[in-house]
Amino acid sequence: MQEIEIMSIEEKQREIIDEFNVFEDWMEKYEYIIDLGKELPLIDPEKKTQDRIIEGCQSRVWLDVEFKEGKMIFSADSDAIITKGIIGLLIRVLNNEAPEDVAKADLFFIKEIGLQEHLSPTRANGLASMVKKMKMSAIKWSLEHGK
Amino acid sequence: MNEGIKKSFNVREIREQFPALRQLIYGKSLIYFDNGATSQKPKSVLDAINTYYSHDNANIHRGVHFMSQRATTEYEQARRTIQEYINAEKSEEIIFTKGTTDGINLIASSYGDLLLPGDEIIITAMEHHSNIVPWQMLCSRRKLVLKVAPINQKGELIMEEFDKLLSDKTRLVSISHISNTLGTINPIKEIIAKAHKANAIVVVDGAQSIQHTPIDVKDLNCDFFVFSGHKVFGPTGIGILYGKEEILEKMPPYQGGGDMIEKVTFERTTYNELPFKFEAGTPHIAGGICLGKAFEFLKTLDMDAVQAYERELTEYAQDMLDTFEDLVLVGTAKKKTSVVSFNVDDIHPFDLGTLLDRQGIAVRTGHHCTQPLMDFYNIPGTVRASFAFYNTKEEIDVFIKAVEKSINMLK
Repeated sequence: MQEIEIMSIEEKQREIIDEFNVFEDWMEKYEYIIDLGKELPLIDPEKKTQDRIIEGCQSRVWLDVEFKEGKMIFSADSDAIITKGIIGLLIRVLNNEAPEDVAKADLFFIKEIGLQEHLSPTRANGLASMVKKMKMSAIKWSLEHGK
Repeated sequence: MNEGIKKSFNVREIREQFPALRQLIYGKSLIYFDNGATSQKPKSVLDAINTYYSHDNANIHRGVHFMSQRATTEYEQARRTIQEYINAEKSEEIIFTKGTTDGINLIASSYGDLLLPGDEIIITAMEHHSNIVPWQMLCSRRKLVLKVAPINQKGELIMEEFDKLLSDKTRLVSISHISNTLGTINPIKEIIAKAHKANAIVVVDGAQSIQHTPIDVKDLNCDFFVFSGHKVFGPTGIGILYGKEEILEKMPPYQGGGDMIEKVTFERTTYNELPFKFEAGTPHIAGGICLGKAFEFLKTLDMDAVQAYERELTEYAQDMLDTFEDLVLVGTAKKKTSVVSFNVDDIHPFDLGTLLDRQGIAVRTGHHCTQPLMDFYNIPGTVRASFAFYNTKEEIDVFIKAVEKSINMLK
């Protein structure tokens, strides 16, 4: 996994876009996302606490943020499997990145792979709020550490 | 319009009149099964919206000029069309509102002023948030007591329990005619008779019934009947509150402003007569006129045939869904219509709804603004397919296949 760690946020997004390019229809795409959602034990059950919850109107998302050696470590979960799969992609892109990079990250891959409706603030799945919280945590850390 | 022009029920012909039904979603023919949320509009209503703004637009009730007079005539004609449709005694009993929620809030706020600490209000466990929260707010403002009539697992009101809640303290009962989440048809005529015996008045939330069943407020003998225009093939932002004249007369105004006054001085203001007392400010004129057109459209249909057809659709969908293992129907009342709510095993409703959407099928997922009801069933939400008379069995067949495909993808 050495290569992944040295990939930039942009490179990781390009990689995901390439992966999605091989899918021929929406079903394959969603099957992949669903598989991602099933595979990933994204968050320690003990961390599924009220203060980590992001309430969408329909699906719930839990997000935990840690800082290790100046990098951000995210873990998250959702009760809806498609939401969880997309969280898996977001975490893959933003994990192990410096807060200042997370704060300014343009998550263009979501639109490129045709999932932009899932990140719409009106989508009621909690994902837009999750991304906002990821970025706000990054900004807060940067401010506290004078970056 | 009169009985003579009613046509026999032909779904193909009806669909022709709803342009929004003819479109592709993700490259697939739209299947619109979210009629409980809002209905599509017939061409006559769409044309009327266009005609109003391109020809008749003027403020009403106050203008001396020709256009204002014309718009006023049309608006008041719409009121009479709706009055006749629901068989109200007088057009003064028909108040234009923003919708069901607005209507219930009007009653809670205005009639609520006539209630005294300790008075009791009864609602049921299957109510929409808009028939819960306004009463909670009123109860805390006027120190009243809110009682909730329970339901059984099928989603039917337990009448013996309702009877027990009725007492000489009960002043008001507010109940949905048809549940938006379960499709249960409540025995409102019986409830109204019982409540009246206890000297309580009854508010019927008709948001989910006006588009599916013939409504006769005189026959029901309800004190209030409220509904939204957009669910009955009319525009959004307009609705109706029917109230018995003698009760509306006793009630103080809801909002103050233009149109609702008779004479204003800084010392004292006297109020306009019904229905204008409850219609402060410039109303949704286009909405009112076009809601009238929606009812003119409905009058061309045989509502008994519509009812039978919708029941057939509901039963067919329910029977087909019942063939899936691990699928649980939520709401299996003996008397139900037009709504089929369900869950599949461990699958989150949101996931199922997302995959159905990708297949061009519009359903609602979530708690449907009935969180206490979801708590009763101990579920986060349901997938809800809700039908209108323009839906077909062929659409249900496609829907069933899509549900199957989605379940296979998610399992």
